[in-house]
Amino acid sequence: MSLSAISQNTEIIKGGTFVPLYGSDSSEVYVRDFELDVYPVTNEQYLNFVKQYPKWQRSKSLSLFTDKNYLRKWTSDTTLSSDMNLNSPATNISWYAAKDYCVCQGKRLPNMDEWEYAAMASQTMINAQRDSIFNSMIIESYELPKTYLKTIGSTYKNYWGIYDMHGLVWEWTSDFNSVLISGESRQDVDTERNLFCGSASVNATNLMDYAAFMRYALRGSVKANYSLQTLGFRCAKSINKK
Amino acid sequence: MNHRLSIKILTLSVALIFASCTGSDNSKTSVDAASIKVSGEMVAELTAPPFVPAPVGNRSAKKLTVDMEILEQVGEMTDGVKYVYWTFGGSVPGSFIRTRVGDEVEFTLKNHPDNKLPHNIDLHAVTGAGGGAASSFVAPGHEVTFSFKTLNPGLYVYHCATAPVGMHIANGMYGLILVEPEGGLPAVDREYYVMQGDFYTKGENGQPGLQPFDMQKAVDEDADYVVFNGKVGALTGDNAITAKVGETVRLFVGNGGPNLVSSFHIIGEIFDRVNIEGGDAINENVQTTLVPAGGAAMVEFKVDVPGTFILVDHSIFRAFNKGALGMLKVEGEENKTLYSGKQIEGIYNPEGGSIQETPDAPEAPVASSLAERIDIGKQIYSQTCFACHQGEGQGIAGAFPPLAKSDYLNEDVNRAIDIVLHGKSGEITVNGEKYNSMMTAQTLTNEEAANVLTFIYNSWGNNKTEVTPAMVAAAKSSH
Repeated sequence: MSLSAISQNTEIIKGGTFVPLYGSDSSEVYVRDFELDVYPVTNEQYLNFVKQYPKWQRSKSLSLFTDKNYLRKWTSDTTLSSDMNLNSPATNISWYAAKDYCVCQGKRLPNMDEWEYAAMASQTMINAQRDSIFNSMIIESYELPKTYLKTIGSTYKNYWGIYDMHGLVWEWTSDFNSVLISGESRQDVDTERNLFCGSASVNATNLMDYAAFMRYALRGSVKANYSLQTLGFRCAKSINKK
Repeated sequence: MNHRLSIKILTLSVALIFASCTGSDNSKTSVDAASIKVSGEMVAELTAPPFVPAPVGNRSAKKLTVDMEILEQVGEMTDGVKYVYWTFGGSVPGSFIRTRVGDEVEFTLKNHPDNKLPHNIDLHAVTGAGGGAASSFVAPGHEVTFSFKTLNPGLYVYHCATAPVGMHIANGMYGLILVEPEGGLPAVDREYYVMQGDFYTKGENGQPGLQPFDMQKAVDEDADYVVFNGKVGALTGDNAITAKVGETVRLFVGNGGPNLVSSFHIIGEIFDRVNIEGGDAINENVQTTLVPAGGAAMVEFKVDVPGTFILVDHSIFRAFNKGALGMLKVEGEENKTLYSGKQIEGIYNPEGGSIQETPDAPEAPVASSLAERIDIGKQIYSQTCFACHQGEGQGIAGAFPPLAKSDYLNEDVNRAIDIVLHGKSGEITVNGEKYNSMMTAQTLTNEEAANVLTFIYNSWGNNKTEVTPAMVAAAKSSH
């Protein structure tokens, strides 16, 4: 069956509580067990997807769901440009398209808490939020230009067996627009007391806040029909107990 | 208080009268900038530092289109050190924007598709919440347009204000926007754009390779580089700004920070006029002007003499150790009345030491006997030789060879004279021990060299040679 050709393996992420972004104990979040794709979706997988579902080909997609940057570098509806690697993460894909891709695999996009929970794991720890080396590594990778050209699996494998949570591309989440960063981040200080606390405390451990700030700022800057060169995605799956 | 204030106002108005040859009497009260009507449209000229767009002159207020692209790109901080700069318009500081009061600016901000991060712009020249930041928040691969009217004349900083704000500024996202008064600023011969910034890299200053931003150092305000115009050497050597003798120069000086306040100074120049903090208040005859982080100043001066004038942050270690140094090269005729150049050179030694050479110095003592020669020589030894060769001529093992019972010394007096006069480096063997260090040439007269060598030869078991000034003179002329 052709589905399996574009489907990929997942790993189980064991749930737990954590504090996303900034914080005080009051903002603790509980995440249930879930499955997450081991790698971001690749160019090759997305190419197979649009062949199978022509409505997501560039010329056929609706502008309501995709902006002009959708699959910007492709040379035709079903041809990648010559400088695109089949094993690099698929980017220039809108939230609508990413969501539908996952649904077609019998999966869904991870929500923001799930994604952040999985992404806070370093190679050895479930929660490396206070690991300054891990956080420095993340911030450095965020600055590095053109990492979307790298291939999947080329960064690090985390505690859960998941690759490339940081270092390749930003990733869509199902509820990316639920945290409001207005673009005037200093104004957010008033509306989001937690942001203020996070940024006001001056010590080494809040490096993780800076990395998170950058992710949340990006999420705040996009709309669901936007496509970005540096924004890809991976899929998740709920685990149904009994 | 009132008295002082009125004097200030008087000074200001006097300054304005003198400056108003181009008709720029822009007392704030006479103009309601918000009511200025615009006529016509134009596209703003944007320039990379150190250049600025043409002055507004007498043009009327217009609808001014500004088109700016944000680029995240690798650049060179200093030789061998690369850094990922985030830029407005591809340069650090970003493109210079020149407007006049009453202009309606339509600002389009474009975030290049290859960029990784969302950005925005907060222009301090904008009256309105966030200075445009909220309206200009833009994802990579997208553009936004917003408009504002320039109400207050002055020189203003713009910068990115996206979280984490400090990081966006630290990576170079700042620049200057000038709002000229009606009729423009007084005309000058040269204008330049200089902006200071501090940078925080994972490696120490000078460590080669692509250096990532170091958030912790930025939080600690522990800068590795403090530079003008984004990199070490952006304004030195071939990149120096230039002027000719007799010309008037205006510098638009900004400070992006993110952390450090600049004590802006030009070595060898006094600012005739400074628009303090880029505003209306003018100070005259200023040596060093403070440029706050996120602030600016306009400095003007006439260059009267030729030479290279050094721009520094007079928090001086930043200049000589972290890069905050630029050059203004002035060509033209010298004016000996204003600056003579070097006239007399000499050595000043308050202890009345052995090495005075000022034109009026009394003759150094001349020894009339061997005993006197040894006596005078001893004084010279204690001032000139003692630190290395030590009190009893024993030297320091492994570093400085002994003079006491020295086979090397006693073997060849002319060689000894030569070493005192010209110094010595390279490996030598003294009393069976190898030494490989360096002695500098000593600034001694023939008489002094003769005296100190005679003292050495007549001390610590050496062979009691008497060295005469004639021998020293002979050794000198043999070279």
